[in-house]
Amino acid sequence: MVAPIVQYKNVRKAFGDVEVLRGINLDITPGEKVALIGPSGSGKTTIIRLLMTLEEPSSGVIEVNGENLWQMKKGNKTFPADEKHLRAIRGDIGMVFQHFNLFPHMTILENCMLAPTIVKKKEKATVRATALEMLDKVGLADKVDLYPSQLSGGQKQRVAMARALMMKPKVMLFDEVTSALDPELVGEVLEVIRDLAKSGEMAMILVTHEMDFALDIADRVLFLNEGVIEEEGHPEEILVNPKSERLQEFLSRFTSSR
Amino acid sequence: MGSIADISLVLLSGLKITLIVLILSIIFSTLIALIAGLSRVSNNWLVSGFTGFYVEIFRGTSLIVQLFWFSYALPGLFNIHLGSDVWVAVLAISLNYGAYMSEIVRGAIQSVPAGQTEASIALNFTGFQRMRYIILPQAIRMMLPEYGNYIIQILKATSLVSLIGLTDLLYYGNIYRSTHLSEAPTVYILILAVYFLLALPLILLTRKMEKVAKKGVVHG
Ligand SMILES: Nc1ncnc2c1ncn2[C@@H]1O[C@H](COP(=O)(O)OP(=O)(O)O)[C@@H](O)[C@H]1O
Ligand SMILES: [Mg+2]
Repeated sequence: MVAPIVQYKNVRKAFGDVEVLRGINLDITPGEKVALIGPSGSGKTTIIRLLMTLEEPSSGVIEVNGENLWQMKKGNKTFPADEKHLRAIRGDIGMVFQHFNLFPHMTILENCMLAPTIVKKKEKATVRATALEMLDKVGLADKVDLYPSQLSGGQKQRVAMARALMMKPKVMLFDEVTSALDPELVGEVLEVIRDLAKSGEMAMILVTHEMDFALDIADRVLFLNEGVIEEEGHPEEILVNPKSERLQEFLSRFTSSR
Repeated sequence: MGSIADISLVLLSGLKITLIVLILSIIFSTLIALIAGLSRVSNNWLVSGFTGFYVEIFRGTSLIVQLFWFSYALPGLFNIHLGSDVWVAVLAISLNYGAYMSEIVRGAIQSVPAGQTEASIALNFTGFQRMRYIILPQAIRMMLPEYGNYIIQILKATSLVSLIGLTDLLYYGNIYRSTHLSEAPTVYILILAVYFLLALPLILLTRKMEKVAKKGVVHG
């Protein structure tokens, strides 16, 4: 057995009085592609935001490479993680957002170059070469000097992916990255993710409503409902032969639409 | 029409003080606004609380009263001497306008979408780097138009410094009028004209900054 790269151990998250995650247990092995499906409001975004350190769990433990993300040890005492601890660990995690969140005051190329040069302090010329290569890979070689506002949604999302990839994360999180796009632009973005999934040793957690896509690229599918993982397994098992009535009902909404 | 030339010459000797106070006040109020604006969005409640106190004190009282305080009350009460009158004027104007302008800094920082911060956390920037490379550059574009308006207001505020004895434009105008009472209208028309000429480049600059701002804040 390979040691998991990410582990959730009985993770709970409440916003005020509302508990949105109610005991999540989840192991992700290096390179594994996991699709996370479930109705809106079931807590999918929250699960990955906890790993990206954008939210803090109310209880439970999240480990990355066996290191406790939200707590640190000094001697034999544990403390809440500080910024330094979080930064040391989250370097292995990357994220692509539903609404791109590109930096509007920078060109596409600058968007991709900033973090490697500033955060990793790599040499500019090297970073530039890598960024151009990366942008070429996502099909935007001719757009590198444009600003985000000059791109279509699909192009913006491909830039966002190139930007995240520049940091060479071991785990990449995708939060419904196609749901803010016009239908005709979804394909080009999924294509890039598919290539990544097929070629990479990078683990991925994909929150998605694209069931055919999940079936195609995922090693495992998780069905989240009201803050708990209700069913999980091989994509065929979950998406083609769902057991629970709730999952069947959930999936019927998607199959009926095509 | 010889008097117009005479008056202009007299006013000119006050122009130097007006310009010095203006330029120094712009520089210091900008610095104060940036520092205070950043302090107000700080997570440290002591820092943000103290800055909030400063801002409300200086916004809540008038500039003239502050000028008198720095000039007469502080030295008399606490034996605090702030140096030459020029520095007293610059300090009062800068603290006053810095307080107002810190609010546009704070507002602009807070109106940068949360997604920008989240994306930069995901890329593992430090808190300082996030502010320096992502948040502030966008916030500054948003504040430019209002900033320009405040700069023009600072110019107008410099005319108050004659009240604490500084020999600025208005001071020399008043001196001249007191000895040539019949020429009062000409004196004040000329004073208006000089202030307007000073404001003109600032107005044009503000226009330009508005254009930059419009270009800069499209969401990515
Ligand atoms: N910052 C927040 N404050 C309060 N409630 C939140 C916050 N973020 C998410 N929630 C709530 O948590 C629940 C789960 O949200 P989310 O994880 O976004 O679900 P999903 O991505 O599956 O649609 C929702 O009911 C949502 O309203
Ligand atoms: Mg969501």
